[in-house]
Amino acid sequence: MARTRLARQQGAGLAFVSPYFLVFAVFGLFPLVYTAWVSMHEWTLLAGKVEFIGLENYRELMVDSAFWRAMVNTFGIFVLATVPQLVVATVLAQMLNTRLRSRTFWRMGVLLPNVASVAAVGIIFGMIFARDYGIANWLLGQIGLDAIDWRAHRWSSWLAIATMVDWRWTGYNALILLAALQSVPKELYEAAKIDGASAWRQFWSITVPMLRPTLIFVTIVATIGGIQLFTEPLLFNPGANAISGGNRGQFQTVAMYLVQEAFTGQRFGYASTIAWVLFLVIALVAAINLLLLRRIRSAD
Amino acid sequence: MNRTRQFAATLATAIALGGLAACGGSGSSDDGDDITLRVNLFGKFGYAEAYKKFEADHPGVTIVETAEGDLGKYNTKLTQQIAAGGDAGDVVAIEEGQTVAFLAAANKFVNLQDEGGNDVKDRWLPWVWDKATSADGKTTIGYGTDVGGLAMCYRRDLFEKAGLPIDRAEVAKLWPTWDAYIATGKKFQQGTKDKKVAFVDSSTNTYNSILMQEGDHTYFDRDDELVFDDNPAIKSAWDYSVEMTEADLSAQLKAFSDEWNAGFKNGSFATIACPAWMTGYIKDQSGEANAGKWDIATVPGGGGNWGGSWLAVPQTSKHQKMALELIDYLSDEEGQMLAFEAEGRLPSLPALYDQAALKDAKNVYFNDAPIGQLFAAGAAGLEPVYLGTKNVPVRDAVENALRSVENGEVPPARGWDDAKAAATKAAR
Repeated sequence: MARTRLARQQGAGLAFVSPYFLVFAVFGLFPLVYTAWVSMHEWTLLAGKVEFIGLENYRELMVDSAFWRAMVNTFGIFVLATVPQLVVATVLAQMLNTRLRSRTFWRMGVLLPNVASVAAVGIIFGMIFARDYGIANWLLGQIGLDAIDWRAHRWSSWLAIATMVDWRWTGYNALILLAALQSVPKELYEAAKIDGASAWRQFWSITVPMLRPTLIFVTIVATIGGIQLFTEPLLFNPGANAISGGNRGQFQTVAMYLVQEAFTGQRFGYASTIAWVLFLVIALVAAINLLLLRRIRSAD
Repeated sequence: MNRTRQFAATLATAIALGGLAACGGSGSSDDGDDITLRVNLFGKFGYAEAYKKFEADHPGVTIVETAEGDLGKYNTKLTQQIAAGGDAGDVVAIEEGQTVAFLAAANKFVNLQDEGGNDVKDRWLPWVWDKATSADGKTTIGYGTDVGGLAMCYRRDLFEKAGLPIDRAEVAKLWPTWDAYIATGKKFQQGTKDKKVAFVDSSTNTYNSILMQEGDHTYFDRDDELVFDDNPAIKSAWDYSVEMTEADLSAQLKAFSDEWNAGFKNGSFATIACPAWMTGYIKDQSGEANAGKWDIATVPGGGGNWGGSWLAVPQTSKHQKMALELIDYLSDEEGQMLAFEAEGRLPSLPALYDQAALKDAKNVYFNDAPIGQLFAAGAAGLEPVYLGTKNVPVRDAVENALRSVENGEVPPARGWDDAKAAATKAAR
């Protein structure tokens, strides 16, 4: 009797968690396996499967300079965007946690850029970094510097895109960090004050260590977003052939290269190969993050 | 416990049903009820009047048009929908550069030869039909709507400031050849005092015009082999464009970008190679403030074709019969004439070229330019240009290389090598 009851309970439990597995199978596992299958074929988007070629696409990808360029671009923009983003977000969170007047207003305010439509952000930043009449170049002119063709160079286009990413995500991260900050016991700060610690010292010795787990979480999320970066660089290249990310692909990310190969180049098999390699790269980076996380934890 | 199980089973069923319903879509069929035809286009086809007439002749039919402004985006989306068997609408437009690519998926479209297409095929310029027909000649996926035709649009006010003639016959005499066009450009740059005004909008538009003028294929021969080195037209078009860059004639505005659009409004450039369909675009972007400032002259090097479109009915359409009637109407004389009047799209029907309504047509916005004569005169003699399956990725790659030279990112000699390498890669 007891056994059947247990079995029933288990059955019910499985039924309750089954939606997750169903959804995962449909939206996670199947695309993953199917993409791997497609990546081993020469497969044009409109005509369909042509022939099985095994790992030929992977071999080609390893020596594809456009792919490696896109890889460098992706990580370059990622580093350029994420590091200042998290630093500023931490400082912002600390500021929002102090006794500000109309605190809720400021807290809501930092989230606003994140709510704005990406397309609108792209258009505005496109205008800011426009070659001929952009505000960025106007400001440079005001301090006596030459105008920059922001889209023409690697460094300048990366900088502009990183700014776009930062503008959107800094406030979002600041709010997550703020939530973490509020769980820091007030006594710690009070004790530090009595000991005569400066605000800066309190920030370094209390806030940052207490925020560590949250910082790691935020970093991982930003990493995954950064590796998949697509919309901002796409919008930064308005007009014909936006997907190529600049005339020489100077700000084309891996995700953009994937879409270009699939839909402009009609090479579905090759694009699937890129998708799989991108997946592996993300898994690798996540694993490195996890290792770092363990080390940092054990350091406590 | 039983209740829990029941609940779980219900939940699982609900989820399964939800999944099925999502896949099935909503089904309404052709059974004499009201029909909504969805027409999926890019840019402006000028069909508003034609729709009204069609709806009046077919009670119960409503036509809804969606138009994507960006051709690249439109092509990506349409390719996705067609490749995945998704719902692309009842009527879709296919641009010239994409016909060969979509012919690879000819079975995803209604074969117009099975639907009376062979009876009407003589109405178009002969190659218009062939371009939407598979290599074996058995399948035709699209009815032609318009052809490119080529002319040169120019700003009268800017020409006047630079001390050049402004009368269109005189202007045409300035540039019988592309060499003469460049020479005129140099004169213009010397004459105009305004550093913010350039002779031409960008090198790529000129490049494409020259390339499409020279012969019956561009990057690919009729066996779909890349002939980047063997087709002298490519190098010749490239060299002209680079020469313009080196003479500093270009405003370096990337086609269809915000800055290009602003360039029309601000008068940043004095000439732009304009296929017939471009006149509508120029008018929209330049705005009423510039009405009458633009004019149209013949293009250097004689006629030529750039662009043009076809209308097709995807197999997924639930109202195929009515959709076929609609594309038949839109691609026939009345439909094409209405589109010509609305957006300047040059008909692909030779029968119209002799009709007074087209021959004597003038475009008020372009200082009453006789667009009928300018475009139709050359249209009858247009030669078909074969564009391969991979034409779009190769063209994109070469345009990028050309722009990198134009913007000074890359020296011209290296630009050509870049273009060749990129074209070879894109052709795979």
